[in-house]
Amino acid sequence: MPRRAGAPEVNAGSMADIAFLLLIFFLVTTTIETDAGLDRMLPPIEPPETDVVIKEKNIFQVNINKNGQLLADGELIELKDLRTKAMAFLENNGDGSCNYCQSGKKDPSSSDNPTKAIISLKNDRETKYGTYITVQNELVGAYNDLRDRESERLYKRPFTAMESEYIKQETPASVKEELKEKITKIQEMFPQKLSEAETSSSGGS
Amino acid sequence: MSKFRKKVTEQPEVSTASLPDIVFMLLFFFMTVTVMKDTALKVENELPNASEVKKLEKKDRIITIYVGGPNQQYRELLGETARIQLEDKFADVSEVGPYVLGRLAEMPEALRPFVTISLKVDKRANMGLVIDIKEVLRDVGVFKINYTTYEGDAFMNVP
Repeated sequence: MPRRAGAPEVNAGSMADIAFLLLIFFLVTTTIETDAGLDRMLPPIEPPETDVVIKEKNIFQVNINKNGQLLADGELIELKDLRTKAMAFLENNGDGSCNYCQSGKKDPSSSDNPTKAIISLKNDRETKYGTYITVQNELVGAYNDLRDRESERLYKRPFTAMESEYIKQETPASVKEELKEKITKIQEMFPQKLSEAETSSSGGS
Repeated sequence: MSKFRKKVTEQPEVSTASLPDIVFMLLFFFMTVTVMKDTALKVENELPNASEVKKLEKKDRIITIYVGGPNQQYRELLGETARIQLEDKFADVSEVGPYVLGRLAEMPEALRPFVTISLKVDKRANMGLVIDIKEVLRDVGVFKINYTTYEGDAFMNVP
């Protein structure tokens, strides 16, 4: 009479393999996506109480037409030259009051100093969104390049790095406090005045 | 002499019995973290590239608006003109305002001033629609927007 054993045990050796398979599936499908993009502030709807007179020379006018061509300060320019041109405008230092502007040409027909310089962006309704973003990117880039340079000089680290550390949730409050001070300092040196004017309609008037 | 020789023992094997448990733990982590997309995109959404981007942290205060030409399956019906998608349906410009206000009302009051509108616009879309949306957003008093992009070389956007 053969000895009968209890219920046969299920072999659990392959459990790890199955689990691994599932693990790999979820690993591959998971996209921990953090969106990134260009932050902008829209202008408020009500006009400011007091009318501020801005001199023509303090405005850097950028126009994009429906074919994606670029008109900056009355000149037809290439997209790739926009950044240097915007930087030259911001740093022009016409009245000589900016002591940290390095390449200021002191051109009397361009901006007085970085705190007064305004970049105005106009676009057509038929402009492609991609082109618009590229122009936005270059203009923001011009500000960032200048801010990075000053930040490197004063605090030995780029402005953009400080800013992204400041936004992070993990950064402790004490560090944030310190960063905030530095960030505002740099922002005051090169305030981002990028206005998006009402747009021209193609065709009509 | 033989007393010393005895000391040379075999290397003990590492037990792999807890391996399944570890793997399961990882598995559960990824299962819980994975978010299946809740909105099916009905519009083409190839975002432009930009290099000077800022990360959008804190998902709870973001309202997303999609803009783009209708997908392959809707193209016959709707043509190729860019459209707005809110949640999971097509919408008109006039519906953006009520939608944003509705979403704002759902949020805790403390968060409302920090709400950012994430504009996910296809790079082939025209600015006209984007301008209209911006106008509506100014009307309803939400001024913080973010042109959501991929990180990359901005000059790739230009055809």
